[in-house]
Amino acid sequence: MATLARLQARSTFLAHQYYFRNSAVDVFRKKEYDAAVKIQSWFRGCRIRAYLRYLHRVATVIQKCWRGYLGRQHYQLIVKLEFCTMKMNLYNAMAVRIQKRWRGYRIRKYCFNYFYLKEYLKAVSETNDAIREALEEFAEMKEREEKKADLEREEKKRDYQARKMHYLLSTKQIPGIYNSPFRKDPDPWELRLQKAKPLISQRPKVKQKRGVNISNRLACTSARSLPQSEILPPIDRKQCQGPFRDITEVLEQRYKPLEPTLWMAEPINELKMAREELRKQEWMRNINDNMFLPFSSYHKNKKYIPLMHSSSKYGPNSYGSQHFRDENPKKWICDKDFQTVLPSFDLFSKYGKLYSKAGQII
Amino acid sequence: MHSLTKDQSPWIPNGKEGVMSLLRPLLLDVVPTIQQTAALALGRLANYNGDLAEAVVKGDILPQLVYSLAEQNRFYKKAAAFVLRAVGKHSPQLAQAIVDCGALDTLVICLEDFDPGVKEAAAWALGYIARHNAELSQAVVDAGAVPLLVLCIQEPEIALKRIAASALSDISKHSPELAQTVVDVGAIAHLAQMILNPDSKLKRQVLSALSQIAKHSVDLAEMVVEAEIFPVVLTCLKDKDDYVKKNASTLIREIAKHTPELSQLIVNTGGVAAVTDCIGSCKGNIRLPGIMMLGYVAAHSENLAMAVIVSKAVPQLSVCLSEEPEDHIKAAAAWALGQIGRHTPEHARAVAVTNTLPVLLSLYMSTESSEDLQTKSKKAIKSILQKCTYLPALEPFLYDAPPNILKHVVGQFSKVLPHDSKARRLFVTSGGLKKVQEIKAGPGSLLQEYINSINSCYPEEIVRYYSPGYSDALLQRVDSYQPLAN
Repeated sequence: MATLARLQARSTFLAHQYYFRNSAVDVFRKKEYDAAVKIQSWFRGCRIRAYLRYLHRVATVIQKCWRGYLGRQHYQLIVKLEFCTMKMNLYNAMAVRIQKRWRGYRIRKYCFNYFYLKEYLKAVSETNDAIREALEEFAEMKEREEKKADLEREEKKRDYQARKMHYLLSTKQIPGIYNSPFRKDPDPWELRLQKAKPLISQRPKVKQKRGVNISNRLACTSARSLPQSEILPPIDRKQCQGPFRDITEVLEQRYKPLEPTLWMAEPINELKMAREELRKQEWMRNINDNMFLPFSSYHKNKKYIPLMHSSSKYGPNSYGSQHFRDENPKKWICDKDFQTVLPSFDLFSKYGKLYSKAGQII
Repeated sequence: MHSLTKDQSPWIPNGKEGVMSLLRPLLLDVVPTIQQTAALALGRLANYNGDLAEAVVKGDILPQLVYSLAEQNRFYKKAAAFVLRAVGKHSPQLAQAIVDCGALDTLVICLEDFDPGVKEAAAWALGYIARHNAELSQAVVDAGAVPLLVLCIQEPEIALKRIAASALSDISKHSPELAQTVVDVGAIAHLAQMILNPDSKLKRQVLSALSQIAKHSVDLAEMVVEAEIFPVVLTCLKDKDDYVKKNASTLIREIAKHTPELSQLIVNTGGVAAVTDCIGSCKGNIRLPGIMMLGYVAAHSENLAMAVIVSKAVPQLSVCLSEEPEDHIKAAAAWALGQIGRHTPEHARAVAVTNTLPVLLSLYMSTESSEDLQTKSKKAIKSILQKCTYLPALEPFLYDAPPNILKHVVGQFSKVLPHDSKARRLFVTSGGLKKVQEIKAGPGSLLQEYINSINSCYPEEIVRYYSPGYSDALLQRVDSYQPLAN
């Protein structure tokens, strides 16, 4: 109870003290409150700022990594591109090299060969020179031939004149015109006159009457022709002596037509003609015209290909395949080849085998 | 009476009707000699004058002649063929009249006759008829004359060969089909063989026939070439007879003008050299085909043009250009030179070196030259100048040329000078730069551009030094100069 009394006694003091302390504290409360707020705010601020700093740092790190990543990607892309470009440039350069070589080669080989052109022009000028020379030679040759022909003509003319004027030749007694005694040597015409043969004036050729030639004679064998005589026998002819046969009989006998033997009646080449006949008949009957060759000569049926040198443009040259002698048709007497007219007969095979012993050496 | 008429016939050009009515009954006379002489007289009359020939036609004599041609002896045939020839040679209408009265068949029958004189007369008549135009030629061909003419060519008589060759030439000259008909009969081989014959008149006709065949198309020209006429034809270029030379060069020209391959063939056998020599050895119209041949060969390609240059043709052509009096030959020479020089600078140089460009320029500028000559020389100058880089030849042009050519000259200078320092020096020392400054050109024109590009090759002082009126400008500066007062 004491305490309670004490407490009650103290209560006003307490109240005063409570009030006083509360009011004293109140004075400092705001200050302290403000100070506490300040400190707290400062401290919160520090904390937040530290947190912000931390956040900033972290964000920076992230951004740094991200940017680094992007940058590296970009860089890789650039490097790739650069590399590709470098490769392409290299390839292009190499391709240009190849194309350069190839184009040069192609032009030189297929389109235009400079050295060939130079050679060709040289060959052309050489050919030109050769042709010029050949043509000069040809022209010279022609001129020479012409001159020669002219000279020959002149010579002939002079010769003919000399022959015509042969009578102007000087004789022993009288010197001719061209052999004047006052000259040292005679004129060249004199020598020419001496050499010349005198010209005989040509008499008009007697036109030969067409006499009885062979064919006419042979024609006499026909019964129709009678003797061709122009002159009739004189009327006052001496009578011929003796009994005469009838004139008609005589004439008949004399002009009997030829009755050749069977051998003579055949044509001279009857064997040949008979062979031809036979051949023609066979040809008619044959189915196959080619001769059958034995198998051993099967390889021989190749056609002969003549040399180009001996076959000309206008048909194969028969020289070398059909005839081997150089022929000069101008010298031939007639067109036909020689024919065997008479069959050969063996004369000498019977020598010494005949019955007569005349002339034999004993 | 008949001998009187025959003797007087060369002297009676007038009184034609009287003569015709006199001669006509003589043609029907019994005596063959009178007939022949009357025909001969008619022929001589018709030969003399076209009017008399018309009178022969009008007098209805031709049918009688044609009818009796078939039956009479060879003297009459010759005389009758002579009449037909004499009538047919004057004009196409008279020749048509002969064809209309059916003379062609009888003439063709005469071609088969044994006597060479008859054949000659018939071939001559056919040749004269076929000469005028293509229809008449076709009529002659349709009558079947061509194979017989080819047979006539093979006969030994020279006169007959000549006439047959000239008839073939007249037939084939009109059109390719007619030429093909002649070729189909195998005429080329025989004609080619006869080139070697020594008779010059025959050679004339043969070469003319071959050139008429070859001129129409490439195939025909190739066929003529295949008959191996080269190099034999080149010997004809050295013949004494001028017309043989002319016809030979005509033949070569007709072959060369078709394709580059044919020209190449001719060049390879040395034909260009032979033609050049031939040009050098003759004068006047004989040269013309040779000049044209060179032009044609050079026109095909630059290699061929170079081959022509190598064969020393250019000096010969420039000689032709300067010394020939006639304009058409000069025009041909100018054209040929233009064809040679237009390909590359090498070719232009080869032409320019021979100093032909001033000659061409003078021909172009002279008022006496014909139009053809002027156009051809202008074209030649232009085409050569466009490729010419040989400056010493170009310099004279700066002084004389008219403006349209001057443009090209200055253009060439502007192309060459920027690259060649020696040429620049030469240009200055020879006074060319001075001349260029004096040229007045419209601003912005091509000429002004060229002048500018030339001026840009030189330092400015030099250009100013040579510009006109520079000395006056300097003197003016002297006048206006105040010496510094010391």
